[in-house]
Amino acid sequence: MSKTNVTRRGVLKTGAVAGAGLALPTYLSAASHGGYTNAPTGDTVTLGFNVPQTGPYAEEGLDELRAFELAVQHLNGEGDGGMLNTFSSKALNGAGILGKKVNFVTGDTQTKSDAARASAKSMIEKDGAIMISGGSSSGVAVAVQGLCQEAGIIFMAGLTHSNDTTGKDKKANGFRHFFNAYMSAAALAPVLNKLYGSDRRAYHLTADYTWGWTQQESIQAATEAMGWETVNNVLTPLASTDFSSYIAPVLNSGADVLVLNHYGGNMVNSLTNAVQFGLREKQVNGKNFEIVVPLYSELMAKGAGQNIKGIVGSQNWDWKLENQMGSRYIGTNAFVKSFGEKYGFPPSQAAQTCYAQTLLYADAVTRAGSFNPCAVAEALEGFEFDGLGNGPTLYRADDHQCFKDVLVVRGAENPGNEFELVEIVEATPVEQVTYAPDHPMFAGGALGTCNPGA
Amino acid sequence: MDAFLLQTLNGLDKGSAYALIALGLTLIFGTLGVVNFAHGALFMIGAFCSVTLQRILNLSYETVDPSKTDFLGNPLKVKTPYVESWFGPETGGAIIEWSVPLAIIFAIPVMLAIGFSMERGLIKHFYKRPHADQILVTFGLAIVLQEIIKYYYGANPIQTPAPEALSGVAQLAEGIVYPVWRIVYFFFAIAIIGAVFAFLQFTTFGMVVRAGMADRETVGLLGIDIDKRFTLMFGLAASVAGLAGVMYGPINAPNYHMGMDFLVLSFVVVVVGGMGSLPGAVLAGFLLGILESFASMKEVITLIPGINQIIIYLVAIVILLTRPRGLMGRKGVME
Repeated sequence: MSKTNVTRRGVLKTGAVAGAGLALPTYLSAASHGGYTNAPTGDTVTLGFNVPQTGPYAEEGLDELRAFELAVQHLNGEGDGGMLNTFSSKALNGAGILGKKVNFVTGDTQTKSDAARASAKSMIEKDGAIMISGGSSSGVAVAVQGLCQEAGIIFMAGLTHSNDTTGKDKKANGFRHFFNAYMSAAALAPVLNKLYGSDRRAYHLTADYTWGWTQQESIQAATEAMGWETVNNVLTPLASTDFSSYIAPVLNSGADVLVLNHYGGNMVNSLTNAVQFGLREKQVNGKNFEIVVPLYSELMAKGAGQNIKGIVGSQNWDWKLENQMGSRYIGTNAFVKSFGEKYGFPPSQAAQTCYAQTLLYADAVTRAGSFNPCAVAEALEGFEFDGLGNGPTLYRADDHQCFKDVLVVRGAENPGNEFELVEIVEATPVEQVTYAPDHPMFAGGALGTCNPGA
Repeated sequence: MDAFLLQTLNGLDKGSAYALIALGLTLIFGTLGVVNFAHGALFMIGAFCSVTLQRILNLSYETVDPSKTDFLGNPLKVKTPYVESWFGPETGGAIIEWSVPLAIIFAIPVMLAIGFSMERGLIKHFYKRPHADQILVTFGLAIVLQEIIKYYYGANPIQTPAPEALSGVAQLAEGIVYPVWRIVYFFFAIAIIGAVFAFLQFTTFGMVVRAGMADRETVGLLGIDIDKRFTLMFGLAASVAGLAGVMYGPINAPNYHMGMDFLVLSFVVVVVGGMGSLPGAVLAGFLLGILESFASMKEVITLIPGINQIIIYLVAIVILLTRPRGLMGRKGVME
């Protein structure tokens, strides 16, 4: 008869060892996937697209959503692949991201910072989004970027043009593909000099929020450097709809150029009002009165109708770029074909930047071999790429800003078809719009360190 | 001096829109006792009547032009409006060009129908409910209406330009020019306001309505169906707001949100003018329009920063503190 020595101490010891043994795989597993927020565990990964679906920029938000949907299709191997075929990095193969099928959730920013933060928070906490992208306002971008930094999520900004997004409000977890106000001014100034001369008196109307301020500061500095005088700068409330009381004083101010630092509905209304007051036909100081809109978009041009004809501005990208400016902008036609065949019209610059951002994120994850935001950030920093429609581009490590050529455009006088609302005047080379990371217009903030979150 | 005159003109022109919307608002409040937060939406729908007529007149047939290509490289489809093929390019083109003035005729029956169905279908159920309930339901209705418009017309503004003959600027004096259409808008507003006052003052119908506004119960006891007349007044107020919207299109391109932009300002106008007072609404509309214009001048903003954003509300606070019934309000009404 055998005797088993089962003692209380023995049971406790065995239990402790067994418990530790059972817990070990969980711990190791947590270490391999965890250590960062929303580490994907199944065979899918969720991206969060936070765009204005209501409010004044809703039309741009819808176009961004179309681009996101297309990018996800291409990442999952559906459709014709779009710019995956032209992208210089060949890490992506149409099998999702790191073998995981890409899903997405959407949120409505309403073009309001608090609503945008709430929807981003919901997508991160409830839907498990590993990356947030989109947006059509700098105020919103700065707010959501801050939230993503705190949550340990990568933020791939959509349409945001304020210097502050990658200037004083830059964050280690945030990345911007779109150009900025400084770049617009640097590209525009020489063209304005060529078109209108160096002896000009400019009157500025400026949207009273972060984007408007930095846009005005940039274009004033660039035009004054070439000899223009700034007569006045009037801040207009973002909620303004009728700008006539701001336009009327321009008539007898002695100014011969009106610079509208407005975007979206503001720009459509202020430009319409300026044209109503006869500024396009006016002669001042022996010169034709001119109107300049530093930041352009096709959707705004559509809203402004006939009023936009001949008005000069700048863009991040245009769907005619590759056809008109050559193969340096390869990727443009591939994207236009994919988008045009799916939706029946060419994509806007907002769509292009969101599509590019999604591909860039997926590519960085693949190259890093991890969804860990810090690994992704490291893969994006200093990344040089081509084939996404903008020509050779650098994601600068110092401020997470993309550096690429900038387009100077003008409202088309005789559009060939309903989509040719703007004509490309010049593609300004990247060297001309590049600035030092410590440029005073971008001073006051620090990237900080990457936050992987949980 | 030039700047002073320009801003006065500008104020009158801004005030025209405020006065027209506030007139309808106060008419509804004075007759039905309803605080209608959907009134801005009626202004917006009026503007979209103009957009709709423009689209109807631009209905086209397509022909393929093989010599040109579209953005995908396919043969270009050229659109020709039916109106142009029926009446010839010149007459057809002129009809399309004059779509905004033509939309006035189009908008009146549409706005009357919308006004009647709003009043009969929804608002009449809230007559005896507290003002807070009325505000909630009409505000909800405004959101529904604007989302419907956004669904069908998109979120982007849609230009409805004035006819060529009424575009451009008019030389008013040496060095003073002003947009022709804004002058047209001002006189149009004066005409509409005059017509509404004449209707209420010089017709039997108007007399009964005025009597009903003063003492609804007594008029009812005299055997007059005042409710039916008030429903017609709701339709009239909707039409006034709609026409204000139609004519506003060439000033600022219609978008689905424009009603909300005007709503709060118009309520302030009604409160300043005196709830239920028609002359008060008109007077306050022009007054606040002019004040808003002057507050936007650089000299004024430099002196008092931010005044352009708060002037209307500042005036409202001062009026409410010193004269709670508003400039021309009746004693005891919303005081």
